[in-house]
Amino acid sequence: MSGDKILSVDRLAMRFGGIVAVQDLSFAAERKKITALIGPNGAGKTTVFNCITGFYKPSGGTIQLTHDDGRVIALERLNDFRIAKQAKVARTFQNIRLFPGMTALENLMVAQHNALMRASGFTLLGLLGVPAYRDAEKRAIDLATDWLKRVNLLDRADDAAGNFAYGDQRRLEIARAMCTEPALLCLDEPAAGLNARESAALSELLLSIRNELGTSILLIEHDMSVVMEISDHIVVMDHGVKISEGSPREVRDDPKVIAAYLGTDEEEAVAVMESGS
Amino acid sequence: MTPKSATGIPALLKTAFVNALIALVLFSLMVGIRTEAGSDGQLTYWTRFGEVAALVAAVFGGSIVIELLRQWIGPAGADKLVPPVVQSGMSFVGRYLAPVLLVFTVMVPVIFYDQRYILDLGILVLTYVMLGWGLNVVVGLAGLLDLGYVAFYAVGAYSYALLATNFGWSFWVCLPLAGILAAFWGVLLGFPVLRLRGDYLAIVTLAFGEIIRLVIINWQDLTGGPNGVSGIPRPSFFGIPLDNSDSGLAAKLGIEYSSSHRIVFLFYLILALALLTNWVTIRLRRLPIGRAWEALREDEVACRALGINTTTTKLTAFATGAMFGGFAGAFFATRQGFISPESFTFQESALVLAIVVLGGMGSQLGVALAALAMIGGFELFRSLETYRMLVFGMAMVLIMIWRPRGLIGHRAPTVYLTKAQAISSDLVKEGHG
Ligand SMILES: Nc1ncnc2c1ncn2[C@@H]1O[C@H](COP(=O)(O)OP(=O)(O)OP(=O)(O)O)[C@@H](O)[C@H]1O
Ligand SMILES: [Mg+2]
Repeated sequence: MSGDKILSVDRLAMRFGGIVAVQDLSFAAERKKITALIGPNGAGKTTVFNCITGFYKPSGGTIQLTHDDGRVIALERLNDFRIAKQAKVARTFQNIRLFPGMTALENLMVAQHNALMRASGFTLLGLLGVPAYRDAEKRAIDLATDWLKRVNLLDRADDAAGNFAYGDQRRLEIARAMCTEPALLCLDEPAAGLNARESAALSELLLSIRNELGTSILLIEHDMSVVMEISDHIVVMDHGVKISEGSPREVRDDPKVIAAYLGTDEEEAVAVMESGS
Repeated sequence: MTPKSATGIPALLKTAFVNALIALVLFSLMVGIRTEAGSDGQLTYWTRFGEVAALVAAVFGGSIVIELLRQWIGPAGADKLVPPVVQSGMSFVGRYLAPVLLVFTVMVPVIFYDQRYILDLGILVLTYVMLGWGLNVVVGLAGLLDLGYVAFYAVGAYSYALLATNFGWSFWVCLPLAGILAAFWGVLLGFPVLRLRGDYLAIVTLAFGEIIRLVIINWQDLTGGPNGVSGIPRPSFFGIPLDNSDSGLAAKLGIEYSSSHRIVFLFYLILALALLTNWVTIRLRRLPIGRAWEALREDEVACRALGINTTTTKLTAFATGAMFGGFAGAFFATRQGFISPESFTFQESALVLAIVVLGGMGSQLGVALAALAMIGGFELFRSLETYRMLVFGMAMVLIMIWRPRGLIGHRAPTVYLTKAQAISSDLVKEGHG
């Protein structure tokens, strides 16, 4: 694998007491590409995400993020909120974590917290209502509106997020992550619970994020139709270790991958093979 | 027995029947059989089945009444059962309630100029409105359960009392200092405990409230211990004393002196302080920091994933709430002229928290109404003497049945594109630390 790497994970290990969730895992994600992380249930995918986004401190290994300007950040040394704030890594959650009692628009405004805090002079200028802050707020609303349009939720901007249908919540969570203007977007099973039509729309949305905005995406997904369609590179995990990686075609034909899926879940193995035919 | 369980008459009767059955089991032993030691020490007993029957009947009837009330004005199925006319009427009242209340409050000293009792009561209510609004930032917006809010009230009161009696500084200099000192203590408390969540945070803040009180009692040299601080200067009208002297405000204005002047002045002072609290809170809610507070209440993990520093966000909520508590404390000290640790017991924290919860967490109008109902109601039932607490407790229980999310349970969005729609309280998270 050559090219410009935005994320390189090197010999990552994560243990919970006696449980080894991730072991000696190395992979890289290329800039402006979609990298998928797949594997059977319990393979350790979410744990990898939690290490990258700072929710867990890895037991070993390094995670390096290289920005467009060449700045290199060691993510394993940063605290959770700093990873989103300084390293510009945004994420969604396997079990959606929106702010249910706030409107869709408010959810997207909270995502722009750090930019707005600066504009409001850390609240003091904002309290006085200086014009500079009003402008910043207006721009923030514009950005939020833009994202609501992209995820096709503009008409529901003023509805509480908790009232949204499942698929809409998934899309809103992606929009919220994108409102932080990330360099790397990490999505944990964004297609889970979506119907075929919604999955197709999701694929399109992710492709547009990659192509139009040039945001790099790291994707955990069980829905093989989505993974095979949009991924540029796939990393396959099982029992905490990497068992295969390569282009969708390479991974699809790898006997180790098929075995791993067959060993755990027949339906998924069939899905892997069918999407190849 | 969930609020939604009883719909339709059979279900209603069933609920009432079950409740009556429970009452029968309980009361047949507690009330039905009365035992007493006889003259020779032997056990005598007699039965009182009539009373049991009356109680069970009361429970049966009461269950039906409560269930009906709950369905009519409670959260469950309210929209179906309340006729649209009443609904639109209620929203009309809701829209104009706050301005009408404000105008009325401003007029109180004019209307009740000579009624010292009413004015004193008004000042008391407004003090609790202010405390409620201050605590609302911490509990209602940021969702941090703080059981030791009285600590900041005490810090504010003692700051003013000690600065004014020892250095002779005026109220207007001490007021901001009292707020800053209280905020400082808020941050100091916040640092170690804000890692804790929910119940743990509540217990530690409760302990903090007690610690402050104990420090005040025991630090005799500074605080006068249990004897408190007396001779605290009364507030001046920006330097002009409100007294009977030649340099007093009455003499300067050429009007006859009346002791009501000071009361009226205090009334407007606390009104201004409360409105300042309200204004700042409303503004903060619409700023990123306020939105982050509410987001924190909704989901702390998601906040961190969005790059929000949850520690400083919580600290600012704590400090802001504490600052308003400190202002209120300074006002309390100057109004009383005397403070002692007895004024800052856990009961005060509990009362203010009850106001916030009853008002509907996060709602400014709700908190004001709750303070009026709690403090005013307390006075109203004064004639009931010992039964006052009982009546009061029952009223609280009833209100919590009908309106489990407080008097005003809706959340208003802080920003909107086309139309601000109230968000049902079912969706809004309650504070859990
Ligand atoms: N906080 C934790 N404490 C203890 N064990 C954990 C923790 N988080 C994850 N694990 C364990 O690590 C292993 C990997 O879990 P992980 O959630 O990363 O799997 P996954 O690949 O995301 O699976 P799925 O596809 O079901 O989401 C599991 O055995 C899990 O029990
Ligand atoms: Mg997972």
